[in-house]
Amino acid sequence: MVPLSYYLALSAVLFILGTAGFALRRNIITIFMCIELMLNAVNLALIAFSRFLSDLGGQLFVFFVIVVAAAEATVGLAIIIALYRNHESLSVDKLDSMKL
Amino acid sequence: MAILFYIFAAVAVIAGLNVVLQRRPVYSALWLIVVLCALAVEYLLLGAVFMAFIQIIVYAGAIMVLFVLVIMLLNAHHEEPTHGSQFAQWLGAPLVVALLVEIGVAVWSWPGAAHVNPPPLRAGPKSVGDLLFHQYVLPFEVTSALILVAILGAVVLARKES
Repeated sequence: MVPLSYYLALSAVLFILGTAGFALRRNIITIFMCIELMLNAVNLALIAFSRFLSDLGGQLFVFFVIVVAAAEATVGLAIIIALYRNHESLSVDKLDSMKL
Repeated sequence: MAILFYIFAAVAVIAGLNVVLQRRPVYSALWLIVVLCALAVEYLLLGAVFMAFIQIIVYAGAIMVLFVLVIMLLNAHHEEPTHGSQFAQWLGAPLVVALLVEIGVAVWSWPGAAHVNPPPLRAGPKSVGDLLFHQYVLPFEVTSALILVAILGAVVLARKES
């Protein structure tokens, strides 16, 4: 069987890809998708721990993370639509009206 | 079974790279669906059957359709390269490498990372549902309130201002 550390390494690589995308990309929808990538990396770690500690509770956590991600996606995309309606742009460089 | 892990881990990492590197948001979204499906296979390999199918149905099926719909609704095309922030260009890559090294050291030096063979875990819908509706029934009910608030919030936020 594949050892736990391999799953954790895959999870870490995906999480770091998400973090890098979050820092590097300028389109707000792509940034939002990078957040989803990070959530999924954490889900993989939770399921791997659940398997290797023989505890189903980890999978329930993943269940709740998916539910919260669904709620987050609806509200976040609604915010993006409202932003686009007001600014006519999806670039985070142009969304600086709250900057000092 | 080990070969399947490596194949789908490679698929997930390559697709994840494409999510970050593609210039068009709709390509990023399609590659993210590939990541989600590859991770669902990893869940199957870990014995989490129910979670694998929830991943496909809810994540790849519902959430990503919402993303693609919004991308098409807003007509999101190529993104312009940044002119404002220099932070990402100069500090972003070193910080990512530092995070990679830190997490790598933490994962590989963890004492529980030895080769162990845990007993098989029964994680079908029956056992997951059992746990969900007995031990975790309060979080489950709170979640329904959260979803209700999210529905109302989405309607209020996306409404046309009169």
